[in-house]
Amino acid sequence: MADRKPLYLMTPALVWLSLFMVIPCLLILALAFFRRGIYGGIEYDFTFENIALVFDPLYAGIFIKSAIIAGQAALIASVVGYAAAYAIAAMPKSRQPLLLFLAILPFWSNYLVRTYAWIVLLNREGLIVSVARALGYNQELPSLLYTETAVIVGLVYNYLPFVILACYAPLARMNAEITEASRDLGAGGWTTFRRITLPMTVPGIATGFVFVFVLSIGNFVTPALLGGGQFQMIGNLVYAQFLTANDWPFGAALSMALIAIMMGLLTLQTFATERASGGRVRDADG
Amino acid sequence: MGNRAPLPLMLMILAAVFAFLYLPISVLFALSFNEGGMPTAWSGFSVKWYYSLFANKDITHAALNTLIVAVISTILAAILGTLLAIGVDIRRRKGRFLETIIFAPMIIPDIVLAIALLSFFSLLDVTMGLHTIIVSHVVFNLAFVCSVVRARLKGFDWSIVEASTDLGAPILVTLRRVVIPVLMPAVVAGSLLAFTLSVDEFIIAFFTAGAGRASITLPMQIFSMIRFGVTPEINALSAIVMTLSVVMLALAQRINRGRLPGQ
Repeated sequence: MADRKPLYLMTPALVWLSLFMVIPCLLILALAFFRRGIYGGIEYDFTFENIALVFDPLYAGIFIKSAIIAGQAALIASVVGYAAAYAIAAMPKSRQPLLLFLAILPFWSNYLVRTYAWIVLLNREGLIVSVARALGYNQELPSLLYTETAVIVGLVYNYLPFVILACYAPLARMNAEITEASRDLGAGGWTTFRRITLPMTVPGIATGFVFVFVLSIGNFVTPALLGGGQFQMIGNLVYAQFLTANDWPFGAALSMALIAIMMGLLTLQTFATERASGGRVRDADG
Repeated sequence: MGNRAPLPLMLMILAAVFAFLYLPISVLFALSFNEGGMPTAWSGFSVKWYYSLFANKDITHAALNTLIVAVISTILAAILGTLLAIGVDIRRRKGRFLETIIFAPMIIPDIVLAIALLSFFSLLDVTMGLHTIIVSHVVFNLAFVCSVVRARLKGFDWSIVEASTDLGAPILVTLRRVVIPVLMPAVVAGSLLAFTLSVDEFIIAFFTAGAGRASITLPMQIFSMIRFGVTPEINALSAIVMTLSVVMLALAQRINRGRLPGQ
């Protein structure tokens, strides 16, 4: 077919994406270098103040705090998600599609509703407290809702299905002969897992981890609902700059930092994936 | 996988993970039918919360808005996304830049796209409302349709198309008679997923809806209700929204399962 055809097929979508994604994002990038007006507008003179403010200890602290929470959520989700994916892949082949579908299903239900479910469970008159009471635990329970733990639980809950999906793909693709060869050569189950299965499925874990981390660090719904405004994460800070504090340039600078973190992690993940596949080639040669 | 993993352990892991995934949702479902509306005491089965939901003008108004946004943005995304997928597949030469732009809407944090669009619309002095939400939703919806359609195009033999054009069919006829029938399941499945995404999307809608309650969507309504605490009405609403998503996903899965003809 002629080379011109793909272009006019792609044009409408590419124009749409340019207009409503690329340009707005570039606009945000530009906004980060302008000054905030006295009455909250934007003054168009060039400044690095907003970027510098991101590194101010107060805000850098929020970044670190968000990264720690996102890191914990990503770590827990990766371990649990990998275990779940491994278990699914160990089931009979005919059952696997259904199990995988059931694992992903919650991911497609409304994010707010899934988060709200945890408010129902964790609140002061919630199910967990009343079950504890019914079991005879009468002491004053520490508040479960509006804590850091609640936020982490909420994030893990919401993003776990994705990790299962990401880890399942490489696990299912693994060639049975390789692990069997390892066993035939005398390696135990654990050694085979540690030396063969795990290294070969690192890309899936990396994808899952990065995904959960990126979505968590910029999240503002979960901290707002399960953290109850007890502490701020970057997402909440960005939200506040645009909707309450009216400091758009600073909000823009914060989201640029968010994007920078994200791109850095995605690059690392690509690197990890390439290394893992490179390792496989070397092994085959050796 | 050839790992003869200990089966009881694997089953235990699965049971624990599925319990974790499904218990919270199930509790919501159960509570939405609880007569007394109390989260801790069961006082009999009732659908009265569903009735009170439909009597609530705020909620029906928001639901209607959501439907408008989801339907229009899905139709636009289905057209743009499908054409994009075909274009990319024909092009063969894989451009990294092109791939990035197509993939970006799926990985840009929602909050960043939301504020970017808010800034964009307000600097252009566009009055925001349902139309700006629709325009914004098309961005990620089209990326989604595109990826589903592209997955189906993998392994599609374009020589059929060449045969059609060689036999003198104009490109549009070829599209309609050869390409579209093959792609239809993927387009429909992708659209169902896009529709679900749009119905559930909160952050971008929240930022691009403009002031006032006129263009409030269902997730925005849910968000403001949740902030006031747990009510049996939210439980019922949650159950409805969740059921809708699940039905859509199951449908999409079913439709897109068939293999490509000619393979």
